Amino acid sequence: MLEFILLSCINTLIYGLLLFMLSSGLTLIFGLMNVLNFAHASFYMLGAYFAYEVSTHIGFWPALVFAPLGVGLVGIFIERYGLRSVHKYGHVAELLFTFGVFYVVNELVILIWGRNPVAYKIPEMLDFTLMSAMGTEFSAYRAFMLLISVSMFAVLFFAITRTRLGLIIQAALTHPDMVGSLGHNVPLVFMYVFGGGAALAGLAGVIGGNYLITEPAMALNLGPIVFVVVVVGGMGSLTGAFVASLLIAALQTFAVGFEVSLSDLLALWGVSAPDAGGFFHDLLRIEISHTRGMMPYLFMVLMLVFKPKGLMGTREE
Amino acid sequence: MLEVRDLNAYYGRSHILQGVHLRVDRGEIVSLLGRNGVGRSTTCKAIMGMVSPRGSVRFQEKEIAGLKPHAIARRGVGYVPEDRAIFPRLTVLQNLELGLKKKGQKGRWTIEDVFQLFPRLGERTHVLGGFISGGEQQMLTMCRTLVGDPDFIMIDEPTEGLAPKMVEQVSMLIQEIARSGISVLLVEQKLTIALRISHRLYVMGRGEIVFEGTRDEFEADTSVRREWLEV
Ligand SMILES: Nc1ncnc2c1ncn2[C@@H]1O[C@H](COP(=O)(O)OP(=O)(O)O)[C@@H](O)[C@H]1O
Ligand SMILES: [Mg+2]
Repeated sequence: MLEFILLSCINTLIYGLLLFMLSSGLTLIFGLMNVLNFAHASFYMLGAYFAYEVSTHIGFWPALVFAPLGVGLVGIFIERYGLRSVHKYGHVAELLFTFGVFYVVNELVILIWGRNPVAYKIPEMLDFTLMSAMGTEFSAYRAFMLLISVSMFAVLFFAITRTRLGLIIQAALTHPDMVGSLGHNVPLVFMYVFGGGAALAGLAGVIGGNYLITEPAMALNLGPIVFVVVVVGGMGSLTGAFVASLLIAALQTFAVGFEVSLSDLLALWGVSAPDAGGFFHDLLRIEISHTRGMMPYLFMVLMLVFKPKGLMGTREE
Repeated sequence: MLEVRDLNAYYGRSHILQGVHLRVDRGEIVSLLGRNGVGRSTTCKAIMGMVSPRGSVRFQEKEIAGLKPHAIARRGVGYVPEDRAIFPRLTVLQNLELGLKKKGQKGRWTIEDVFQLFPRLGERTHVLGGFISGGEQQMLTMCRTLVGDPDFIMIDEPTEGLAPKMVEQVSMLIQEIARSGISVLLVEQKLTIALRISHRLYVMGRGEIVFEGTRDEFEADTSVRREWLEV
């Protein structure tokens, strides 16, 4: 049991930080530019495909550096030559624009790499089991993912709280006009943030794509969860995105371990479910682990009803 | 220094500024007075490029209408908005540092000067901007723009909601600013400090200038006050 909890904690941390790599960019882009970037998960997918391409030709380690950079450049290009022109037509136009980008990227990926998953593999030198407990294995690659995501978190934290650009970003989250009238080029800052957010999502794709699976559906599979994280954390709040990433990850990780159903729980309280069969009977017999997929969305829906600003949201409209 | 001619501005369809003209010369304190809602703040925002202006805004002999706010700021125009716009999650010191156009900028006013002049801000360098008093916020927002070394500064309703003692401090700071060679456009609703410290005054009615003149001319013209200022 102790091992289960320990491993689940580590898994939560890895999955949570991976989610944070995606949601940090998304929430900053929303907070600064008021754009709900529907195409954000596309950057994650591009990261994985770029890494696949680079690692088959040169190697995994160069891919770790060049793939996120490449994705960042794609992000900058999209912001500078697409989003910025659409900006003057309002938020609906911007949303539709990013929606279009999402599908264009998806189709391009299929055109170039095909519909089937590509063989983007974990590098051999990290492909061994570090330790195992109670049938669950902890591979060296997971340790590596943890290392990368913790370092990413440290770098991002430092950049936002200690550098001048980070302070400008923080200030622009609440008062973009004032930041501009102090002489800072706010559109340029937007471009950097969009590119940086894309690069972070790309990095998540690089280290996640080979661990999971690199295929054209990966953007659509992960995209909605990232939105949940951003909404639950509070749109525009980096701290909120961090807390929500870990929370959602924990919810999903720990749910797997609970092979109990509502009727078992009720039995614990001394209530026995009526054995009459039918709809309620089935409902009570659903095991918690099977609700894993629903949990985050249920959480978001409840959040929107009871605390629409999210955990740490500060936005007033 | 600043010459505004036939300035028009719109919010959606409403025509807010209808041919405003004004002039501020080097080292002058000029006041822009008027009742609430006549378009004084919009005038500042149009000069700053925050609402798109139609007409001519010349600053140091160059046309700046149509430029982006940050470009206008870099030409030497400073703006202190009426809502103060303190960055609430940054410290007092970080707020001031973002006033610098680039790291380590040293102009007429440095961050050290600010702390010397207002020890209360100096004692609170690491307090978050959202947690200092209204008066301190007003000082901070003016000083934040000052350390960026503008040649001309627009200050929108700096005495609004302040205790008399703070109003006195604000008035002293504005005179100090002018003495350091920076021209000032002071936007006010009440005459409190404006009449005392400005060289010339403009009065705005709905979207246009209805009076301009020196302090003496203003004092002589009692009808302006009655018609356009008093409630
Ligand atoms: N963001 C805005 N959208 C629409 N109308 C506005 C906006 N800001 C101000 N106005 C209108 O423009 C007019 C002038 O406002 P403003 O320049 O703030 O006046 P003042 O600063 O003199 O009190 C007012 O009638 C106000 O209602
Ligand atoms: Mg006003």
